Amino acid sequence: MDYVPASPDDIRKMLDIVGVEKIEDIVKSVPSDIKAGKIDLPEGISEFDAGIEIKKLALLNRDLDHYISFLGAGAYDHFIPAVVPGLASRSEFVTAYTPYQPEASQGTLQAIFEYQSMICEITGLDVANASLYDGGSACAEAAMMIVNAHPGKKELLVAESVHPYYKTVIQTYLENIDVKIKIVPSDKGVINPQTIDNFVSCDTAGMIVQSPNFFGCIEDVKILADKIHNIGGSLAMACNPISLGILSSPRELGADIAIGEGQPLGVDLCYGGPYFGFISCRENLMRKLPGRIVGATLDHNNKRCFVLTLQAREQHIRREKATSNICSNQALMALRGCIYLCWLGKEGFYELSKQNALKAHYAAKLACGIKGVSLAFNTPFFNEFCLRIESGIKLKDIIDRTCAQKVFAGVEIRQLDANLPDLLLVSVTEKRTGEEINKWVQVLDNAINSK
Amino acid sequence: MEEKLIIEKSFPGRKSYSLPCWESDEQIQDCIPQKYLRNEKAELPETAEIDIVRHFTRLSQKNFSVDTNFYPLGSCTMKYNPKFNEQVASMDGFAHLHPLQPQSTAQGILKLMYHLEKSLSAICGMDAFTLHPSAGAHGELTGMLIIKAFHKKNNQSQRKDVIVPDSSHGTNPASACMAGFNVITIPSDKNGMVDLNKLKETLSENTAALMLTNPNTLGVFEVNVKEIARLVHEAGALLYYDGANLNPLLGLARPGDMGFDVVHVNLHKTFSTPHGGGGPGSGPVGVKKRLIPFLPVPRIVENNDVYSLDETNPDSIGKITAFYGNTGVILRAYAYFLINGIDGLTKSAQIAVLNSNYIMRRLEKYYNIPYPASVMHEFVISLKEEAEKLGVRAIDVAKWLIDSGIHPPTIYFPLIVNEALMIEPTETESKETLDEFIAQMIKIKETMAQNPDLFHHLPQKTDISRPNEVIAARNPVLTWKKI
Amino acid sequence: MNYPDTLKYSSSHEWIKVEGNKGIVGITFFAQKELGDIVFVELPEMGKSVKAKDACCVVESVKTASDIYSPVSGKITAINDKLDTNPELINEDCYGDGWIFEIEITDQSEISKLLSAQDYKNQYTK
Repeated sequence: MDYVPASPDDIRKMLDIVGVEKIEDIVKSVPSDIKAGKIDLPEGISEFDAGIEIKKLALLNRDLDHYISFLGAGAYDHFIPAVVPGLASRSEFVTAYTPYQPEASQGTLQAIFEYQSMICEITGLDVANASLYDGGSACAEAAMMIVNAHPGKKELLVAESVHPYYKTVIQTYLENIDVKIKIVPSDKGVINPQTIDNFVSCDTAGMIVQSPNFFGCIEDVKILADKIHNIGGSLAMACNPISLGILSSPRELGADIAIGEGQPLGVDLCYGGPYFGFISCRENLMRKLPGRIVGATLDHNNKRCFVLTLQAREQHIRREKATSNICSNQALMALRGCIYLCWLGKEGFYELSKQNALKAHYAAKLACGIKGVSLAFNTPFFNEFCLRIESGIKLKDIIDRTCAQKVFAGVEIRQLDANLPDLLLVSVTEKRTGEEINKWVQVLDNAINSK
Repeated sequence: MEEKLIIEKSFPGRKSYSLPCWESDEQIQDCIPQKYLRNEKAELPETAEIDIVRHFTRLSQKNFSVDTNFYPLGSCTMKYNPKFNEQVASMDGFAHLHPLQPQSTAQGILKLMYHLEKSLSAICGMDAFTLHPSAGAHGELTGMLIIKAFHKKNNQSQRKDVIVPDSSHGTNPASACMAGFNVITIPSDKNGMVDLNKLKETLSENTAALMLTNPNTLGVFEVNVKEIARLVHEAGALLYYDGANLNPLLGLARPGDMGFDVVHVNLHKTFSTPHGGGGPGSGPVGVKKRLIPFLPVPRIVENNDVYSLDETNPDSIGKITAFYGNTGVILRAYAYFLINGIDGLTKSAQIAVLNSNYIMRRLEKYYNIPYPASVMHEFVISLKEEAEKLGVRAIDVAKWLIDSGIHPPTIYFPLIVNEALMIEPTETESKETLDEFIAQMIKIKETMAQNPDLFHHLPQKTDISRPNEVIAARNPVLTWKKI
Repeated sequence: MNYPDTLKYSSSHEWIKVEGNKGIVGITFFAQKELGDIVFVELPEMGKSVKAKDACCVVESVKTASDIYSPVSGKITAINDKLDTNPELINEDCYGDGWIFEIEITDQSEISKLLSAQDYKNQYTK
């Protein structure tokens, strides 16, 4: 089945106007030696049959409706209120194009303006863009921003405790533009700020740090920011937006740029995407921001309205001199984030963040009551923490055992980077009830301590 | 009707949220030392749920969208976004999958993604695909990084130049630059195609690649593409395909057969996934066999109908995204492939070309069409004469169309055409819609002659008209704090 | 008077007012008209050494960004800070208050390679 409205009669009429006999001859300009032969793809089917086929695939998955999940590591299981999908699925939002024609897109433009404003509120910084692809590429874009803001300086520090996948993305992006990345090792789960002195040089443009970091630990960003500023550099802080409900904002900590993965803000887990990356920065870096930005202005009747602005930074104008090659943003996902933050509001954002932290600490305390289990690091954490498990059984097998009991107990961090210590990364969100946490403890205990 | 900002509807004590029940005597300071805690709460709006719903519903009603308006945007392929795709994306079993859950529990999605890679390989004539890139530009960057890694592996790191035609989309040179290449732009010939002589002059042992869109941004098929491929390969370089204009080729011709080594496709263009007001899209990248080792990790592998993610690709460029791509978008494209099949896709391509040629034929006696020969799914009008003689420019015509409920075509692109209007109707529009557009364009031409000044006061039927983009750029107001 | 005789011009639409071993540089009437309303100027770095035809700063309008090329080789000795807050000065007074930078000329012979007002107007402002 196809979605072509043209009836045979329509086709005939149009072919006559164009002066072609058969529809197969409509394309004259493709040389015959390029034309494809038979292509190895099945023929189309009805919507009904397609539904059955895809349903079969869906049934091969065992999603979080079937397991109690303590998985985190960059993607988090948060409650999404009905208003988010209810409003964001409106087809006037879903099937709209990029708002290049402002008179035809005030809906999208205003929503993105409100999204930008709220990202600035939670991060404390001055300007934000209309969103990036995801947290990983947001880190890479921040890295490039730092390098562009300090021409001539060719070194960038990256904290080892940044998410391993984000570090890989930064590496993939930056090794092509002649920038040296220096990894600052972590110690006991965080960066020791005093060690920065061993890594900075007059060639250092700045640093990327994540807090809470990949291990869940809260970094001492203030001191890191001071040290980087002392040598004239810029600091970018990656963060879980939910943590900003109770934890110090990037601005309070002295960061120049804030980035992160926006998925916790009302976006489905959906096996890794689509998500959205957020980025905000101090006013003086505004023109170095990549991607689309919405600004407020007046129309010719002096009515307030919104437009894409500062476009002269972007690829469609600067081409090879653009701040980045990024063309699209993740508008629909940013819209979800915007609606979600509206629904939470000032008090809800704080209370949600608080409940995440309280539940995580409750779970950590209970877990440490299991024989052989201890907190890997002694540093404060938000809603994620690492457990060290001393047992005759391999961590992978412990996890398999908990899976059999319908619990995803956590992420084995070595799965993401073989050089990491042998620890279990546990994420606890507001969705985990007291019962579920108790079950997790019990299942973990059995997995570790029974034969 | 002006819609206030959500913050302007905020009043202390108003509330929408509710949280899971949790009773605890613990204070947050018992868990996390005060020095790590925020001094003040973030100033988010405090509103009731009904106000949020009305706010965003009314905002949505200010938008043009494919579901409400015709969008003949050249190079964007604004075809119908099937509702079945939406249903699939929200089916139980897909939305609540965590990317790091055990792969044995995610076999359905892995199998689906694996098969989409295969389908894309078949339709494009390539040997393997990665679904990681989140957008077309992201795909271009990925492709450029793959090309760079290939040359490095073959001890050809001196290849630092990437050639692009002057008609190329801005993301082409921007992506090449981000990958660390120098960009050399070559002029198109008088037919709007790659100038073979200029290409020969520019190719050297320092050339890493040539980036081409085919049909190009003028809607014209590069008939010499096989010769171009031969020249490029002879010079030791690779040929990159920007898949923005793949729509008319489906089932007819394949970039792989034309000699392209690396391609990117846009699921949100050719494969009907919705634009979302600016994203999310998806820009999968396909390669020929010799470039497979450089694809980003992880790759999806299959063994006896068991699917898994393989992180071991030693020559891989690394990662360009944290997880596996825009899975939700991939799901929609998979549904589209399944329902259409090769016959549906082929018909779509043919009608896309027919619709475009039909409009062009009906408008050619009214407007200047610089490159009328061999037009495929889109064509370009130049309003250079109207701009000079009557002062009516492409932007003015665009504003008239907005008043008539039609989203304007792409304007001012490609850069090599003055006062360009690029029209791509796609195959999913009925003849009446095309005729209505044609009628408006004819009326515009007539009105231009009678009353050119009228155009400068349009649009008049929308909420707002002709925003001042100069003050928006001179004194940017980017948050509500600054209003 | 769109192209003052007292100035020298480059084919890339810059003008230079030579005063001894210093020169003041801006963009021509034609250039600012083509660009439209100027919204931002990325001024060159003070003290930077440039060669003739090097791109040394950028002028942005809403829809375009243009590189400005130094007509001569030398060192940047002054930049017009007023353009930070009032980029429209280039549109309003491109030869006066809209000047962009001052340069210490290292090779006087380059000046003779530049165009006169007449030649520039005839060849480059169609």
